[in-house]
Amino acid sequence: MTEIRFTKDHEWVSLDGDIATIGITDHAQSALGDVVFVELPEPGRSVAEAEACAVVESVKAASDVYAPLAGTITEHNAALADDPALVNKDAEAGAWFFKLRLADRAAFDVLLTADAYQAFVQSL
Amino acid sequence: MVDHEPQTVPLDAWHRSHGARMVDFAGYLMPVQYEGIITEHLHCRTGAALFDVSHMGQATLAGPAAAAALERVVTGDIAALKPGRQRYTLLMNQAGGIVDDLMVANFGNHLLLVLNAGRKHADVAHITAHLPTGVTLTPAFDRALLALQGPQAAAVLAELIPATAAMRFMDAIETTALGTDLTITRSGYTGEDGFEIGMPAAHAADVATALLADPRVKPAGLGARDSLRLEAGLPLYGNDIDESRTPIAANLGFAIGKRRKMTWDFLGGAAVRAAHDNGPAERLVGLRAEGRAPVRAGATLHDAAGAAAGQITSGTFAPSLDAPIALGYVRADLATDGTALTATLRGRAIALHVSPLPFVPHRYAR
Repeated sequence: MTEIRFTKDHEWVSLDGDIATIGITDHAQSALGDVVFVELPEPGRSVAEAEACAVVESVKAASDVYAPLAGTITEHNAALADDPALVNKDAEAGAWFFKLRLADRAAFDVLLTADAYQAFVQSL
Repeated sequence: MVDHEPQTVPLDAWHRSHGARMVDFAGYLMPVQYEGIITEHLHCRTGAALFDVSHMGQATLAGPAAAAALERVVTGDIAALKPGRQRYTLLMNQAGGIVDDLMVANFGNHLLLVLNAGRKHADVAHITAHLPTGVTLTPAFDRALLALQGPQAAAVLAELIPATAAMRFMDAIETTALGTDLTITRSGYTGEDGFEIGMPAAHAADVATALLADPRVKPAGLGARDSLRLEAGLPLYGNDIDESRTPIAANLGFAIGKRRKMTWDFLGGAAVRAAHDNGPAERLVGLRAEGRAPVRAGATLHDAAGAAAGQITSGTFAPSLDAPIALGYVRADLATDGTALTATLRGRAIALHVSPLPFVPHRYAR
């Protein structure tokens, strides 16, 4: 049973056991425009909550992607290196950025629900 | 610097109704993109792209010997600019720095200047301060300016305005068409063939709609305009050129008229001559980076020995090349094509090399 939560940095976090999969939201990819390059964290790296650990570059600008929670990177999505535009096509599924073994499973529950994230986006 | 609310261009509502994302640029709310920068960019290289550049400043210079008067502050041979022709030139300061880069068209009884948006007010004050009595610079900043750019632009425009069919690169005409008075030059900022069309603000939406009615035309925003000009190796004022750079350092020596190089009798001419004779300390060059990560303005450059080599002034991902490109100033001894340099990007060294300009060949209708 996977659950999906969101952050105010426009990331989605899907949890399966203690492994979280992280990507950017459809709202984020739309705001960024054409994605031309993605830099991802290497497996094994420990990250703190809110630590910048990936970068997504559009034609216009570079944006950081943050670890939504503390943990250890277990995997990154190598497909994004070959096809960064996948982020524009399939942001909330195929274009996941990295997977994170959470240091504290319970911390997941403080992230935004889908409804709370939608309300946040509409407030912008 | 603009410390008040951004202004709107005459086509503001038109842009929004065509799906534009508007951003503040040089004090104006401008469309940065419609469909997407890469799509718009590539369409300009294959079809015809319609840009609104009404934030730029149009101004007329009139009076006896207006050309000679302008020559006091610009590098070009304006006196030799024939009626019906346009020229790129540089507005200078006393120190030999570039106050702005601009286009000057000769319409017989007056010159038409097209100035950068962020510089136009300063330009008018600067030029006016050097004008003799009887020569008057009149801003027409409320006029709209559209650019139709791309290999299909000429065919599209000739159907709507037959007079444009006879124009070649850097020709300039005044004509009445599409219900209004237009100024049309065969020029642009994309490296492609194309036109810039000036008109009264009240007619901008009608003209834009008439152009867009042709299925070969798509609207394009300032995002694509920037990536197109960078592929074409054209400098952006405020990034690649400014008051601290001479035309020589900026590789814009071509914009100094031959006659002007005999006398150097423009504002800042002595300093520019010194840079010309002695060589500048740094030169603007094209740079290509390895990998796909864009190296952007502000990144510092180092030579193979690790010594400071210069700085990137513009950098983006080039849609036509599917690769990152940049412009930057490097020490003059490093300015030869092929020179290997590095930039630090997020703590990692990125390999670059000096590359010939333009990155994408110009396709002007000469």
